[in-house]
Amino acid sequence: MTVIEARGLRKVFGTSIALDGVDLRVDEGRILGIIGPNGAGKSTALNAILGLTPYEGELRVLGRNPWTERALLMRDVCFIADVTMLPRWMRVSQVLDYVAGVHPRFRRAKAEGFLAKTAVRPASKVREMSKGMATQLHLALVMAIDAKLLVLDEPTLGLDILYRKHFYDSLLNDYFDHKRTIIMTTHQVEEIQDVVTDILFINRGRIMLNCSMEEIEKRYLEVMAHPEHVAAARLLAPIHERQVLGRSILLFDRADRFQLAALGEVRTPSIADLFIAMMGNEAGESQGAAV
Amino acid sequence: MNTQSNVEPESPSSLNKPPAASASRAMYWSIRRELWENRSICFAPLAVAGVVLLGFSFSAIQLPQRRRAVLMLDEVHQRVAIQMPYDIAAAMIILAAFIVGVIYCLDALHGERRDRSVLFWKSMPVSDLTAVLSKASIPMLIMPPLIFVVIIATHLIMLLLSTVILLMSGLNAPTIWPQIRFLPPPLVLVYGLTVIVLWHAPIYAWLLLVSGWARRATFLWALLPVAIGIFERVAFGSSHFGSFVRYRLIGWFDEGFIPPTVSGAHIELMQLTPGKFLSTPGLWIGLAFAAGFLAAAVRLRRYRGPI
Repeated sequence: MTVIEARGLRKVFGTSIALDGVDLRVDEGRILGIIGPNGAGKSTALNAILGLTPYEGELRVLGRNPWTERALLMRDVCFIADVTMLPRWMRVSQVLDYVAGVHPRFRRAKAEGFLAKTAVRPASKVREMSKGMATQLHLALVMAIDAKLLVLDEPTLGLDILYRKHFYDSLLNDYFDHKRTIIMTTHQVEEIQDVVTDILFINRGRIMLNCSMEEIEKRYLEVMAHPEHVAAARLLAPIHERQVLGRSILLFDRADRFQLAALGEVRTPSIADLFIAMMGNEAGESQGAAV
Repeated sequence: MNTQSNVEPESPSSLNKPPAASASRAMYWSIRRELWENRSICFAPLAVAGVVLLGFSFSAIQLPQRRRAVLMLDEVHQRVAIQMPYDIAAAMIILAAFIVGVIYCLDALHGERRDRSVLFWKSMPVSDLTAVLSKASIPMLIMPPLIFVVIIATHLIMLLLSTVILLMSGLNAPTIWPQIRFLPPPLVLVYGLTVIVLWHAPIYAWLLLVSGWARRATFLWALLPVAIGIFERVAFGSSHFGSFVRYRLIGWFDEGFIPPTVSGAHIELMQLTPGKFLSTPGLWIGLAFAAGFLAAAVRLRRYRGPI
């Protein structure tokens, strides 16, 4: 089942183009990480998907038009924008009462079960909580809602490493069941490396790369070349080259693994390195558009 | 029944309810959450009632002497003198409720954008229409019955207090109890509160619109009509806009009532003019503007994100 389908999605703020004709398709059961520099259009894309902003082009989320059917769509979609969006004056018990009141798919007992394992007390107010606790509260709400799509926009911004680790662990172990779909944006690329099934690089409102993690493993290889083989490696048309401790690391798209193995140590690049390679090229305008 | 929501057999029973039921549920909880957030809606009228009662009990110390003097007066002035504190109490509570309503509306759509909680509210299956109507219903539907109860309770406590004091001072009961009929009839109060809230509906709607539209300084934007009035006065020496604002604030009295012949006297049932009020163009034009402002506020809430 297709959860999100976008064709020619476009959004312009004044003179700046936030989304420049994005085509996107996300199927059920995927965890998509959207990665891009500041101002690349990540949040705009999520806002369009959530019905928070109007757009040009075609967009269907769970078969609905998010801009005209937001209230209905929100029965099946949850989102956490960042930790500061819970109303600060609310008590935990009030948050639970309210969500139980308005959300037909919310299981209060389940949320209370999650919260019982945390330091969040029913009488505490959101304003009295640390960012980490507020995130736990929001996560407990989301986990207790039987939604089809979860959207996370920088969900772990400002959290310490323990809470961040816990957040993704809960997400994978307690929430994700291969029928649900998750889309997330983050700057902490290395943290979602082992979480996502697909990645999408976006820059200046355009998609630079959209593929599954398996595809990345198949397509991209990184070689830490022996100094005497660097020149030979460069002849194989690497898409990026960087220096680490005086040694050249070259990144290849669809290269022959055996051929590369003769030149140095071969490995699959991290998402962060791949991202830097592609964005670096884009900045230098050498071959970014070719991706 | 709604067939569309029956597509999924495993969906919870509440999903199979007709949309009207889930919409009224969303409305109910949206109003409840407004009351949780803005406790001054209940507390401010109660606090004013408390202050009025406190003042009344201080003045009640001299009540016996005053009452003896009042009983010398003719029937009409007797009534006016006895009724005065009750009317003042009601007026104070109504004024407090109006001020609370104004402050509430100015923040209703601004505060949620300022603290980004609008993102949380919008992540729930509650439409912008429901959200704005729930906010508009606080001053227009929730507060009038609330202050009706507060005023009646205040009046009864005042009556009880003065009865006890007068009895203790040796005035005999028959001269005291007729004052019950000096209480404003509840029906006049219900009528008065309805007239006021219908007349003020465009004011509340305008304030909601301002709070959904202004990025900052909602209070200054809300005073724009007053600024226009001052400008007109200075620039053209006329005061059409000023009298328009004045009419919108207090015009309900002239349109809804026959003013009493004796200054300060009570409004009696005979002095209500619902026919005149309902045929006043000012009422319907005002309500049309209120509807327009609310529609614009709904649209703004849809388009505007956090500030």
